[in-house]
Amino acid sequence: MSRYILRRVITLMPILLGVSAAAFLMIHLIPGDPATVYLGEHASPDSIKRVQHEFGLDRPLPIQYGIYLWRVIQGDLGDSLETHRKVIVEFVPRFPATIELSLGAITVALLVGVPIGLLSAARPNSILDRAGMFVALTGVSLPVFWLGLMLVYIFSVYLHVLPTAGQLGVNYSLTPVTRIDILDGLLTGNFPAALDALRHLILPSVTLSSYSTAIIARMTRASMLDALHQDYIRTARAKGLAGRPVIIGHGLRNALLPIVTVIGLQVGFLLTGAILTETIFSWPGVGRFMYDSILFRDYPVILGGILLFSLVFVLVNLCVDVLYAFLDPRIRYA
Amino acid sequence: MLSSTPESATPSLATHPAMRRAERSALRMAVKRFWRNVNARIGFGLIALFTLIALFAPKIAPAGYDDENLLGRLKSPSGLHWIGTDELGRDVFSRVIYGARISMTVGLAAVSGALVTGALLGIAAGYVGGRLDGLIMRMMDIMLAFPSVILAIGIVAMRGPGLNNTILAVSIVNIPVYARVARASTLAIKEHEYVTAARAMGARAWRVLMRAILPNAASPLVVQATLGVAGAILDAAALGFLGLGAQPPTPEWGAMLSDSYKYLLTAFWAALAPGVAIALVVLGFNLAGTGSTTPSTPACLRGERGRRPLPPARSPPDERQVRRRCRPQARRPAAPRGPRPVRG
Repeated sequence: MSRYILRRVITLMPILLGVSAAAFLMIHLIPGDPATVYLGEHASPDSIKRVQHEFGLDRPLPIQYGIYLWRVIQGDLGDSLETHRKVIVEFVPRFPATIELSLGAITVALLVGVPIGLLSAARPNSILDRAGMFVALTGVSLPVFWLGLMLVYIFSVYLHVLPTAGQLGVNYSLTPVTRIDILDGLLTGNFPAALDALRHLILPSVTLSSYSTAIIARMTRASMLDALHQDYIRTARAKGLAGRPVIIGHGLRNALLPIVTVIGLQVGFLLTGAILTETIFSWPGVGRFMYDSILFRDYPVILGGILLFSLVFVLVNLCVDVLYAFLDPRIRYA
Repeated sequence: MLSSTPESATPSLATHPAMRRAERSALRMAVKRFWRNVNARIGFGLIALFTLIALFAPKIAPAGYDDENLLGRLKSPSGLHWIGTDELGRDVFSRVIYGARISMTVGLAAVSGALVTGALLGIAAGYVGGRLDGLIMRMMDIMLAFPSVILAIGIVAMRGPGLNNTILAVSIVNIPVYARVARASTLAIKEHEYVTAARAMGARAWRVLMRAILPNAASPLVVQATLGVAGAILDAAALGFLGLGAQPPTPEWGAMLSDSYKYLLTAFWAALAPGVAIALVVLGFNLAGTGSTTPSTPACLRGERGRRPLPPARSPPDERQVRRRCRPQARRPAAPRGPRPVRG
């Protein structure tokens, strides 16, 4: 197992180098001189030269890339043009909110997607199957941001049952422990606040999960149909097991592997969707911060964010690969 | 003589009457299969509808997309303005109609760009193999390491917002998908006898690729492209919503949503209409793309398992095939309890 993990980490290195090179090239293809952008249009040529020297912008490109890579490895993604603080310092405190939202979305996607897929696969081509797959197809066709707006309109503006935006109501305050509000509420014994945080989490989670729910439903259906036509299912039925234990115990257990992979791949969509969802719901996470940076054309933050998001994406997929190998020994020895 | 074959031999391969007949009937069968699928028909209908709307937008729209009327801001739907007016008093219905032009153009242009580039890279990698294959596919891997919209945001942020840059960005981020599909098909096709025959007759690599491999690799690419248009329209709308796509007053659906969501409380119709339009077009392409894959991949014939990229959607398989092949398992009511009596 450890040899497999090592092998996967080694194959990851060139990809990470490539990703960092791509991000570096993006910085350098941005029209306009970063020093001028940093100092503003009316900076004197002397100060521009000084900043260029300070940032190493007057050196050859490969050396600049080397310096950039060294800084990135140390966690230095440059300074924000807007706040003049380190990009990484801006990002880190915002991550827990995004993690909370992503976990909420994955939970919704699993709770809704897997049952839809199971019901569809248990009776292929029935009305239920067709309805389930239509819901799934609609899920991949709806723009995330529009779904969010409509949910806000229906549940907050029209029905007044859920809050419109934010992570926690203004009447509540929490002592930050993990900075994941629901957890903090539970850990500090502030249950009303935890409940309020949960209420705030519902609409954004449902919005963000729409695409993943659909993909998971389809994947569950496909891999369940695959599993249900295996010989061991026929054997289980032949020895007299009833429908449900066969479907859940024999079918779903074996169908779970591809579903795990798909969940891993969804992380990329969750990060992308986070930019849109957090914008609509004023969610104080990294996605919302990225949106603000796009508005302000804060290039170091945008590119730092792209690099961070890709890193998370690649690492989560590595974890999924490892988990997958753990679940299915055939992969380890392939 | 062999040396004169590159020009004369391969055409005879492709233009041979039997070959043409086979091609024609394969195409006819594909069309027939596609048409038998209800989802595919609905999808095709939606695409046709929005294509017509896009083509005849000036004839259909009651007003111009940029006709402002500051006295009639945020008016609710009425006989004069079917879906009301937006924050500048522009007719939302007309803007949605004109928006079809932009979204269809962006979707088709971005996918065409990605398809051509990706297919060329993919078949080159698959056919030549070796170092070129390694180089191209590692580049594709690096691009796939970025979540697609995030990479698109980076490209647009780098080149400046606008519709052309949106097309370029969405196009670039989709290249790896087509490169992978094309490479996989090429690897399978290049082992066939007709490819060996074409090469033995002295056809140059370019000719083999274009005449023997590309036509046979086309069908998975076309399916992928149909689904790809749906994704491209969604991605472009997301960029538009983030303010990186079409700039005002262009009636791009994503940008319209981003403008109207500030007025959600007072004028929800301005946000409702563009979203419905996006969803319908995307649903159309998804249905058509799924419908064209379904007949060739009935659920009960599947043997493929394990790690795979996001699969094209599987909608209910063609009913007749399922009935024929899966009935004993799929249609059976819950198995009777207790051991079954052994016959014979």
